[in-house]
Amino acid sequence: MPDQNEMAPSKNRQEVEFRGGGFSPKPMAIIGPVVFVVIIALMEWGTRTGWITNLTLPRPSDVFKTFIELYQSGLLFEHLLPSLTRLAVGSVMGISAGIGLGVLIGLFTLIRAGLLPVVAAIFPIPKIALLPLFIIWFGIDEGSKYALIALGTFTPTVVSTYGAVDNVDRSLIRMGQSFGLSWFSIVRKIVLPGALPGILSGLRISLAIAIILLVAAEMLGASYGIGAYILEAGSLYDLERLFVGVSILSILGVTISWLIGRIERRLLNWRS
Amino acid sequence: MDLRLENISHNYGEIEVLRDINLEINEGEIVCLVGPSGCGKSTLLRLIGGLERPGSGKIILSGEPPKNTLNALTYIFQDFALLPWRTVSGNISLALEDHAIGAKATREIIDEVLSRTKLTEFADALPRQLSGGMKQRVAIARALAVRPAVMLMDEPLSALDSQTRELLLEDLIDLWKREGFTACYVTHNLAEAVRLGHKIAVLSRRPGQIRQLVEIDIPLEERKNHLDELAIKQQTLWELMREEALAADKELLSA
Repeated sequence: MPDQNEMAPSKNRQEVEFRGGGFSPKPMAIIGPVVFVVIIALMEWGTRTGWITNLTLPRPSDVFKTFIELYQSGLLFEHLLPSLTRLAVGSVMGISAGIGLGVLIGLFTLIRAGLLPVVAAIFPIPKIALLPLFIIWFGIDEGSKYALIALGTFTPTVVSTYGAVDNVDRSLIRMGQSFGLSWFSIVRKIVLPGALPGILSGLRISLAIAIILLVAAEMLGASYGIGAYILEAGSLYDLERLFVGVSILSILGVTISWLIGRIERRLLNWRS
Repeated sequence: MDLRLENISHNYGEIEVLRDINLEINEGEIVCLVGPSGCGKSTLLRLIGGLERPGSGKIILSGEPPKNTLNALTYIFQDFALLPWRTVSGNISLALEDHAIGAKATREIIDEVLSRTKLTEFADALPRQLSGGMKQRVAIARALAVRPAVMLMDEPLSALDSQTRELLLEDLIDLWKREGFTACYVTHNLAEAVRLGHKIAVLSRRPGQIRQLVEIDIPLEERKNHLDELAIKQQTLWELMREEALAADKELLSA
């Protein structure tokens, strides 16, 4: 007679299968640069062996050489400085107005009911389409470029700000009221800091849009600026210079994103 | 200061939440409000503190306010309501900043309440670094900082685990022994009510009415030695509430 106590478990023995884990990406600083290096190395290798024709892609080392020449001729800063000024002035105007209106929409019923549809109507308009109008309103010079970038950063900032204000914990606001804090104190000390995470992540989107609009504005009417430089290179089919311009924009984008990351780490260190 | 509720009734739209509540909270007394969930006890507390307007009836504060009081009716919330971006002392300072008392006085008050609640060494910690019990201690310190006439406590121990709850309960009894504060204490936990309440108002299910006002004469600090009597009181309260809780449980939530 078989011993049941021994037989039964040996038949159905099974190790418990692991089925947890995942869904939690962690930062890995080294991978990003490695991907860039691999892509650039592939391009370099491809263009040198003739696997990629030089009509398809410029050779990365030539692009780098062109960049050095641009730097040595002093033209780099003649293009970069006006661009950075336009970017800074336009986005500061747009973002500060956007945060202001976003907070108002977040806090007041009447303003929300009245202006939210307006914002929703402006948001999907490609702002570049309005450039001719802005040139008439604000002049062909810097004014129209500022206005374009300001409007382009304004709408996404409004939307992310009022969403962030909506998400501020109401029980904290009740607490402020229960301690007799003034309306202004509640906004400054509870609503704004509480909305800051949402506002900052909205800023990433707004500033990327600002770079896109900057180039568009400069392509349509500027003699100096990254956009003008790219347009000129493009019309001459000078791929090296075109890629120098595009790379500068990429670096600009990465730098801005890094800066926002720093600001987030600094201002939001209270989050776990 | 004494607090008197006169014929308080309240509606949320069609729903009647409170009906004809009359209650007195005398100086130095802890009055517990117990009742089945959804009976409007938290609403009543919000009405008392002026965070909501009662549909009808009056809430009257009378008597001499405590010296230098900055906020006569002060809440302690179930979810602590600490600003996560401010340190412990920053959270306490929030309650003081809107009063023109000067930086030095503010500093002194903060140091004093921190030492009274034994939090001095946590002054620069952020809320996320604190356990639930510690967070509620900070909230209590913040409430003490404004020298309230009446503390309005909305289930202050309900978000804590049972050991922490017991510790904080002892802290509160200790605090009352030393300072004799006045409080309206909302809870669904009858054990807390019989340990802490001089009077216990049992509310019926919605619309909340006071079914009975139970008084417990044993002094707070001696209640630990009279657990049998408290158990009987608690049983009486439970029998009062049982039917109501059962019926409330079966009601559809309308909101």
